[in-house]
Amino acid sequence: MRAGLVASRVSRRVGVGAGSIIGGRVTLLLDPGALSGLAVGRRIVVVSGTNEKTTTSHLLAAALRTSGPVAHNATGSNMADGAVAALAAAGDAEYAVLEVDEWHLAAVARAVQPAVVVLLNLTRDQLDRGTEVRAVAATVGAALAGVPRTVVVANADDPMVVWAAGNAARVCWVAAGAGWLGDTATCPRCGNMLHTDRPAWSCGCGLTRPEPDWWLDGDLLCTGRQVTRLALRLPGRCNIGNAAQAVAAAAAVGVQPEQAAAAMGELATVAGRFAVIHRGRQELRMLLAKNPAGWAETLPVIDPARPVLIVINAREADGRDTSWLWDVPFDKLPCPIIVASGERAADLGVRLSYAGLDHRTEPDPVAALALLPPGSIDVVANYTAFHQLLRRLPVPAGPR
Amino acid sequence: MTGASTIRIGLLLPDVLGTYADTGNAAVLAARARWRGIPTEILTITADTTPPAGCDVYLLGGGEDTAQLFAVDWLRRHRDLHHALVTGARVLAICAGLQILGHTMRDRPGHDHPGLGVLDVTTAPGRRRAVGEITTTCVIPGVGPLTGFENHHGITTLGTAPLGTVLAGTGTGNGTRDHSGRRTEGVLTDRVIGTYLHGPVLARNPAMADHLLTAITGTEMTPLELPDQAALRRTYLSPRAARGGIHHRRRMPQ
Repeated sequence: MRAGLVASRVSRRVGVGAGSIIGGRVTLLLDPGALSGLAVGRRIVVVSGTNEKTTTSHLLAAALRTSGPVAHNATGSNMADGAVAALAAAGDAEYAVLEVDEWHLAAVARAVQPAVVVLLNLTRDQLDRGTEVRAVAATVGAALAGVPRTVVVANADDPMVVWAAGNAARVCWVAAGAGWLGDTATCPRCGNMLHTDRPAWSCGCGLTRPEPDWWLDGDLLCTGRQVTRLALRLPGRCNIGNAAQAVAAAAAVGVQPEQAAAAMGELATVAGRFAVIHRGRQELRMLLAKNPAGWAETLPVIDPARPVLIVINAREADGRDTSWLWDVPFDKLPCPIIVASGERAADLGVRLSYAGLDHRTEPDPVAALALLPPGSIDVVANYTAFHQLLRRLPVPAGPR
Repeated sequence: MTGASTIRIGLLLPDVLGTYADTGNAAVLAARARWRGIPTEILTITADTTPPAGCDVYLLGGGEDTAQLFAVDWLRRHRDLHHALVTGARVLAICAGLQILGHTMRDRPGHDHPGLGVLDVTTAPGRRRAVGEITTTCVIPGVGPLTGFENHHGITTLGTAPLGTVLAGTGTGNGTRDHSGRRTEGVLTDRVIGTYLHGPVLARNPAMADHLLTAITGTEMTPLELPDQAALRRTYLSPRAARGGIHHRRRMPQ
């Protein structure tokens, strides 16, 4: 483990990464049982799902920090090596919040035996890598069945999540909302059409929306007779849903909802997401959207009065196939000025033209900023495009 | 064009066979007609509606295995549409959409499910999934080369003419070769185009969209320059892309 910590320091010093992955990888190579060893005696909450893992894990970590030190893979290194690095770096933390990739959930959950798994949503993403969403849901379901002592905090509004969590021994249902339903016109279990009358949904085969233990009334989170206001600085309906599942998870490890919600309300940015960056006379708000469901949540957050820069890559972590751009209703993009950018700027530009949107195209996102006027600009980028651009821009202003 | 001057595009079961964003083909067809002053109507035919049988072209997209069986059952139940598909309708069918138009589709345990029998093809699972960029020639005059993204486990055996031959990627995957010894991709009949190419295929290959519009209207399409279109084609069809710089997967072992 010491070798792992040294490796992560070297990695940081030579500038090849934030250090967490290489450190964890070295530790795991030297001791494959390191993860379960590091987990012993802690109260661990694992956060998984297609979207919103990083944001929800940050909300949850803020909540648990009100009760004590928290180990957290805050940079989004969400496989076993990232979990090892996070736990090793905070040896005495009683709590841990681990964001875990859906495909690695089984291995990590088996090793750390979490008190809670938060399952946010399951939608199409990186079809070239992960195959189809039902296969992901089946894998997640098997992972949850493998940890019978764990409480699963699951989104009752996402049929794919409900199907996956059906294998879990103990489930706490949260009606956290579902913004995009493109994958669940048909039943995840049997393939027939779902009957949907939001928020209710059901299938003739018996799969149906469970009665939620926690539900939202605007920004009020309700459970039993208790009502908690979720006053967030993070924008959008989606983050209210994330916070709802985070409060339910915090409550499951003994942190009171009021206390958790107050701490979450302080959070303004999450690993660069929602950060405001001043560059010359421009003020850039950084938004991350990496698939159709992410865009469905981001479109209402985009300020219709502002110019927008959209940056799209198609590297391995993004998914190599850009077809998903056609599942995004860009015709609803309200902005007066649009610039298409990134390594797949041409794919995006063609998509925008067919959506009837005038735009300019510049593959280099920093050069693209020069095409935009001074003032506030919304920047929306997918995963690697977002992180590449963040590294080339000044450090964000204001509180973390 | 039959009857009315408005082109009617039947987007079949986008809620069931919409996994790979092939619904974009409808938007491309409609926009390219509209930009030339030809009125169009996209009929979004979801599973909870009664489908019209008289569209000028029907579009079928890719989907998952359970969705595929549902789609066959649904199409068979709607007799007028089924009859039109079997006897004369113009169709662009992608991936699972291509498979369900064939005679049979074999599942992984080895059971054969009947398709709609529109095309003389059969599909069985391959040894591994074919995932990645694909480029092919195209036998339709003036259309090729084609670029797309393939993502399928099925290997389709043709009793009919292919759409093109594979330059890089896997394609239909049956190992049969054309007279020049190259592997084939897709299917082309007098009224059906079937292919494994996503992208969507008409967004990546606008000449194929114009070919369809010409076939529907009986008139040549005027040239149309779209910003970024040439850059997109270069991204996927440049010599660098052909050498593997755009992540073509290795050819399937024969």
